Amino acid sequence: MRLHLTVIVLLISMPVLAVIETYEFSRPELEVRYHRLVDELRCPKCQNQTIADSNAPISEDLRRRLYQELEAGLTDEEIVDGMVARYGEFVRYNPASDGVTRWLWLAPWIFLGIGGAIWVAVTLSRSATKETVSEHASDIAELLKDQSE
Amino acid sequence: MGRLFLFVPVAIFIGLAGLLYRGLSLDPTQLPSALIDRELPEFNLRKLGTQDYIVRDNILGRVSLLNVWGTWCPTCVAEHPYLMKLAAEGVPIIGLNYKDEDTKALGWLVRLGDPYSVNITDPNGDFGLDLGVYGAPETYVIDAQGVIRYRHVGEVNQRTWSGELGQAYRELIE
Repeated sequence: MRLHLTVIVLLISMPVLAVIETYEFSRPELEVRYHRLVDELRCPKCQNQTIADSNAPISEDLRRRLYQELEAGLTDEEIVDGMVARYGEFVRYNPASDGVTRWLWLAPWIFLGIGGAIWVAVTLSRSATKETVSEHASDIAELLKDQSE
Repeated sequence: MGRLFLFVPVAIFIGLAGLLYRGLSLDPTQLPSALIDRELPEFNLRKLGTQDYIVRDNILGRVSLLNVWGTWCPTCVAEHPYLMKLAAEGVPIIGLNYKDEDTKALGWLVRLGDPYSVNITDPNGDFGLDLGVYGAPETYVIDAQGVIRYRHVGEVNQRTWSGELGQAYRELIE
């Protein structure tokens, strides 16, 4: 029982947000956009953290730059494009669907298609085998009937 | 035809094994540089230890290396002797003292020697951000027109200098 509880608690525990600095935004909607963008931009130094999760100095710099650019009136698209120009597509957790990254978006569908094709092929060949078996089975049944008569 | 299907799992296995084998030799911390063949970003930064400011045009005109360093960075200590050697061979190295303090940086240059033709300071990392720096040391090869031709993340040493980094520099000065 205690083990169960431990597992459950571990599963529902949330990652601790370790970000210290706070920014004063001139307009509340900027803050909303800030929180959305810090969750979408990836820390270049760390492998799997957003700049909101990461306490690396580089993430701190990126958050400061993001704040400055939001206050300067840049659109979300301009900000993200600017970050991509410096750090490449790596910096986005929501990568664009063009160039090399198109494969990233298409790959699951391609694999699903291949899997589906195999499944259909296997099912068809199985039912074909079953038909032959049942044809033979009726022949055999007739033979047996002839013999017993 | 049906027989051919028997080879599908083998084909999938070979494909996967090939992909995973390739993955073994990939370094996920190496990011492709987005700034290759783009202009070095504009800057206006203070020269280390002075109140003079240096802009982008001041450092152009010849092929040079831009080395991002800081006294807090252990690998920078490791690569320093090799930078000294390159400087002695006549390779112009521009230093970008990244997120550091002047007094510490000047002390380091007195103690270990100064391989830099000029040192600019970036205490907040703003120019580093424009460059796409994500960790020191990083070394950029910049041509005479100010276009970034190559970026190397990590230590500069005999091996990397005889490899792609040095290659990029040597091709430009020929």
